[in-house]
Amino acid sequence: MTRVLQTLMDGVAVGSTYALIALGYTMVYGILRFINFAHSDIFMLGAWFSFSLAGVFGWTLAGATPPPWAAVVVLLGAMSGTAVLGYAIERVAYRPLRSAPRINVLIAAIGVSLLIENIGQLPIAFGTQPQRMPSLLPDAVLFEVSGVSIRLVDTLVIGIALGLMAALEWLIYGTRLGLAMRAVSTDAQTAALMGVPVDRVVSATFAVGSALAAAAGFLYASKYPGINQPAHATWILLGLKAFVAAVVGGIGNVRGAMAGGLLIGMVEIFGAAYLSPHLRDVYVFALLILVLLVRPAGLLGRATVEKV
Amino acid sequence: MSALLQVQGLAVRYGAVAALHGIDFDVHEGEILTLLGSNGAGKSTTLRAISGMIRPSSGTIRFDGRDITGLPAHEIVGLGIAHAPEGRGIFGPLTVDENLRLGAFARKDPAGVASDRERVFALFPRLAERIHQVSGTLSGGEQQMLAIGRAMLARPRLLLLDEPSLGLAPQVVATIFRILREIHAGGTTILLVEQNASMALATAQRGAVLEVGRIVLQGAASDLAASDDVRRAYLGVH
Repeated sequence: MTRVLQTLMDGVAVGSTYALIALGYTMVYGILRFINFAHSDIFMLGAWFSFSLAGVFGWTLAGATPPPWAAVVVLLGAMSGTAVLGYAIERVAYRPLRSAPRINVLIAAIGVSLLIENIGQLPIAFGTQPQRMPSLLPDAVLFEVSGVSIRLVDTLVIGIALGLMAALEWLIYGTRLGLAMRAVSTDAQTAALMGVPVDRVVSATFAVGSALAAAAGFLYASKYPGINQPAHATWILLGLKAFVAAVVGGIGNVRGAMAGGLLIGMVEIFGAAYLSPHLRDVYVFALLILVLLVRPAGLLGRATVEKV
Repeated sequence: MSALLQVQGLAVRYGAVAALHGIDFDVHEGEILTLLGSNGAGKSTTLRAISGMIRPSSGTIRFDGRDITGLPAHEIVGLGIAHAPEGRGIFGPLTVDENLRLGAFARKDPAGVASDRERVFALFPRLAERIHQVSGTLSGGEQQMLAIGRAMLARPRLLLLDEPSLGLAPQVVATIFRILREIHAGGTTILLVEQNASMALATAQRGAVLEVGRIVLQGAASDLAASDDVRRAYLGVH
């Protein structure tokens, strides 16, 4: 019973970081109908920005005791950093291609991804060595039964992720910007006729999506402190799983991305715990194939007929 | 009467295809001007160029004396031109209320918006009844009412309407045109694109006839309705 509980905690913790990344894929797709393949690199940067920022304050040194507010500073710092970067990437790499064929934008995204990974490996950036994220989130064993423990850090990771998702939900359904985002995602041309500044809404979407990916990077590194070097394949794989989450939930659908992320995390962690830990990636992609066969538009997606 | 909108030498190209070959017309303050013409004549293109959805290849558009040629669409609506586009342009997944709020998106006077909402509900009581309904589930007539009501919430001085009668039952068309006359009586200038030439000429003061990107005839609506060419081509009289 306790093992189920611990696996559940792990599944929700990993799943909620997938959900945070998936939101960025799905929001950008919803507005521009394009898959931002550089998004997994934004997630990677979120982890590395967090590590570097902690380094600036000396919290990465051996024996350092970061204050309780360290996590807040690092999380908000990393989120602001990637928000600005996401905004800049859209401005420089994607906006000039707004009326170009979609394949051009896709190739530009792959280019941005390679650029980030390679700049990230430079000695003046993060280098090619893995690092260890200091534990900024307080940790303790909340309770323990027959050798299985429920940890505070997992609870905090889940709490922060769900809090950010609630904040996004409020942004999209409760604010003027959110109304504009939903209008642009339905019909950008008509949204402009209403007085919605479409370009600014697109910029805001990239900034918000990138900030959420950075939060995922921070939370993931808090749970699994070994940070791989910027071009390591695990980042791509994690980003890809988050993309699968967005597709499983219904690409373009914000609540779908949240649900898809949690589902993918659960399937992966439960499969690893109860079937075989070696096949954890298999479960995720098998689920993708299954969902695409049964509901091609995703669990919460609506089937649309392409207009010709 | 002074010209609220002056269009001079307006030309629009879609790639290699010219949709408008330099047209001239004015819309006077306080009138209803109707643009007639068959499919592909360039009526919708004209409206799209005025509201900034497409960029003209040459020519100028002046609104209230100010050159607005090439301004982005989201700025033009703030100047007082609202466009209810072809196909109604309803945000289907959004509610009626959200569509109406988008209509007033450019405005910064909440009190004025609130009183305009009341006026729109007075014109279209159906919208008030369906305020929280997802607008994609409205009937065609209700969606057209929403498109017009939403455009009115921008408090436009000039209202651009693209085929408000399209696909609607005759009774609904009659209701829509009655409401257009009420909106006009309230002081809004209207530029109306219509396929239903008899309804349009009965409602408008003046009309212009477009044929393959050129204005071939312009004048008082009553004169156009009496013209043999117009009767043959657009009123179905032989």
